[in-house]
Amino acid sequence: MKIKTLMLGWEFPPFISGGLGTACYGLTKAMSRLGMQVTFLLPRMHALRFTAGELATPLDPAAHTPDVRSQAFSTAVGAYGRYGPAPFARRVTAAAEAELSEGPETGPAPYGPDIREEIRRYAVKVLKIGRSEPFDVIHAHDWMTFPAGIALAASSGRPLVVQVHSTEFDRSGEHVNQFVYDIERQGMHAAARIIAVSGYTRNIIVNRYAVPATKIDVVYNGIDFPDSVEAQPQQPQPASRDKVVLFLGRITMQKGPEYFLQAAKRVLDEVENVKFIMAGDGDRLYGTIEQAAWLGIGHRVFFTRFLRGPDVDRAYRMADLYVMPSVSEPFGIAPLEALQHDVPVLISRQSGIAEAFRNALRVDFWDTDEMANKIIAVLRHPPLQEMLRTNGRREARTFRWADSAAKVNAVYHKVVNAA
Amino acid sequence: MASVCFYFQVHQPYRLRHYTIFDGATDYFDEDKNARVCRKVADKCYLPTNRLLLELIRRYGGRFKVAFSITGVLLEQFREDAPEVLASFQELAATGCVEFLAETYYHSLSFLFSPDEFVEQVEAHRALVRELFGQTPRVFRNTELIYNNALAEAVERIGGFDAILAEGADYILGYRSPNYVYRPPNTRHLKLLLKNYRLSDDVAFRFSNRDWAEWPLRAEKFAHWVNAVNGNGYVVNLFVDYETFGEHQWQDTGIFDFLRCLPSEIFKHPDADFKTPGEVADAYEAVDTVDMPHFVSWADIERDLSAWLGNPMQHNALTELYRLEDAVKASGDPDILTSWRRLQISDHFYYMCTKWFADGDVHKYFNPYNSPYDSYINFMNVLDNLRSRCAAASAFHRPAVTALS
Repeated sequence: MKIKTLMLGWEFPPFISGGLGTACYGLTKAMSRLGMQVTFLLPRMHALRFTAGELATPLDPAAHTPDVRSQAFSTAVGAYGRYGPAPFARRVTAAAEAELSEGPETGPAPYGPDIREEIRRYAVKVLKIGRSEPFDVIHAHDWMTFPAGIALAASSGRPLVVQVHSTEFDRSGEHVNQFVYDIERQGMHAAARIIAVSGYTRNIIVNRYAVPATKIDVVYNGIDFPDSVEAQPQQPQPASRDKVVLFLGRITMQKGPEYFLQAAKRVLDEVENVKFIMAGDGDRLYGTIEQAAWLGIGHRVFFTRFLRGPDVDRAYRMADLYVMPSVSEPFGIAPLEALQHDVPVLISRQSGIAEAFRNALRVDFWDTDEMANKIIAVLRHPPLQEMLRTNGRREARTFRWADSAAKVNAVYHKVVNAA
Repeated sequence: MASVCFYFQVHQPYRLRHYTIFDGATDYFDEDKNARVCRKVADKCYLPTNRLLLELIRRYGGRFKVAFSITGVLLEQFREDAPEVLASFQELAATGCVEFLAETYYHSLSFLFSPDEFVEQVEAHRALVRELFGQTPRVFRNTELIYNNALAEAVERIGGFDAILAEGADYILGYRSPNYVYRPPNTRHLKLLLKNYRLSDDVAFRFSNRDWAEWPLRAEKFAHWVNAVNGNGYVVNLFVDYETFGEHQWQDTGIFDFLRCLPSEIFKHPDADFKTPGEVADAYEAVDTVDMPHFVSWADIERDLSAWLGNPMQHNALTELYRLEDAVKASGDPDILTSWRRLQISDHFYYMCTKWFADGDVHKYFNPYNSPYDSYINFMNVLDNLRSRCAAASAFHRPAVTALS
């Protein structure tokens, strides 16, 4: 039987602020490739429907197939304020489009101060759309869409699947926002089944939200390796050049920039010709710059701010090692992206990817001595660097969205058959 | 007439402790853990199995015989952590029904990297066996049954050996059976005994496997298989890790009952008996020359060196280790020499193996590290410290390398 899914999400390319949109896009695209029918409802924008064969990246308006209407719009959707207005979106059904585009096109950003109101308004519209759209399963991504999912499940009698890409504990440590936590918990308990992006996240759901483990399926994220792009030829480097260790990501508490710097300090105590590049913006940027200065390693740590396209590639090309020192990372696609660029990786054990990936060095984020120990080893021993690179790249390719989509399909069948 | 020739490999490494680049201390090994493992395996395997073997030897009035190869590093650990185990091996030695084989003292890959070091380790092991068990080994087995023609020649040159053991790999033997005695090319009188890997692995690996068609394996059935060799061979060489009994195959699998019943089942066939490797060499003439120019071992499905020398990290670690030989020996510091030799224990390189997917299970079981990368990093950090000690001790001071290249 072919299951029709109404998917509720808060981000979708080009309206993304981070991993959530990328994950929703990768998953949805792979699902449509498997012939699954998905209608994706985004707040204040436009519904998107993926069907097999309609796979052009939404970031590329020129690639639209004729039956898909694109429409310019001007919403300031930049969740963390960086992506700015995007010119294009893609469509769905007339009804869905009418509902979602109703009202002013400019308004509060989806993660802004009026998020409670946004969530409520989104739920109301989803309920309306649910009356005209045919669907068998509701699939809600992260807490912002949980109220809509709960309401629609209650009114339609269709099963709700919630997918947890991150929890309030990942985002805020122990200082959780009670409002957000309550919504997460309600969504998890109302759902027929929960999809967690890792065993790490499943444990948090079990321990912090009192959900039985048997109700949770783990579905890892995937990554698209373009078939045509082979390993970048390493540019010949002068033998005496400085080694480069790369941090690339948002500079926020959750990403562990302070631990990266503490490890950098230890490395520089031992070997001198190493540079540390921190690429990214975030609310801990200035504090981190200051910390580097206090540690007396300011001349060896370079802050690039947020990088785009070719600059990202350039950063990876310079790097001998990518470090992800996250304090709490539900999945962690970044190391796989580094390997896509042929850079070996050292990752925090407090991440989903650490449980699923073998060919990486692993370290507890707080153990900065061990982090430094491993950084030095990679820089000193070419065989280690080479093996982490080649084996890692090969393994990264095994994280395929097609596999994730197939697992999600299996979850749907469980709930539809149970209903 | 078919003889059963049991040889048990007995070995535990000195495992390294966690050692970072910031460490400066010269105690590289995890004494607590090594002692703990030694005592644990003693309780589960060495003591009960030795007791059983002694009982069988006594019951059959000298007709039941076995051979051991116990590494020097484990004999040291017995002396230190489990003297009662050493005493029980000595008790077995005193029965006259137990033969002790020679190998490299440090269970090392020295033959592959340093002929001189190899000879020194063989001599050291032979001396230790003589001291502890009152007999001089005359049969040699190399670490992990790593073998080729050149090894046989080197062992004959050392002198005092009548036989050498090797894996009876199909791709070497072809139509020939491992159940005869052979000779290596270019040797005068050394005999070559080959492991019957099917029957050996039935006991060592498949014994408790419930998916195996022959499960459960009882002594009667096994004796029947052994006897089937009759007429097509002289001897069934059962070469297995001693830890098979009670440690790899737990007591509740029935492995001890199997061993207890085996002699009487074997003896039901009037032609059958037990022989040690030395007795096999004495009793049977070599039927043919077996040419093994390439290295063969008993590890994994490949039966080659890839478990220790299969990836760039392993090559790098071993090359760097043996590159230090001259500096270590020139230092004149016995502590440096002992540390360097303990770093040669093949297990350190086995932990660095990345053949995860096919042989991953058994590698994981024996691996104290989370990943092969971690074991390489740890080993290289220790080696770095040892290198700096050599430099400090040596008359010629080389400039310390700080910059990365």
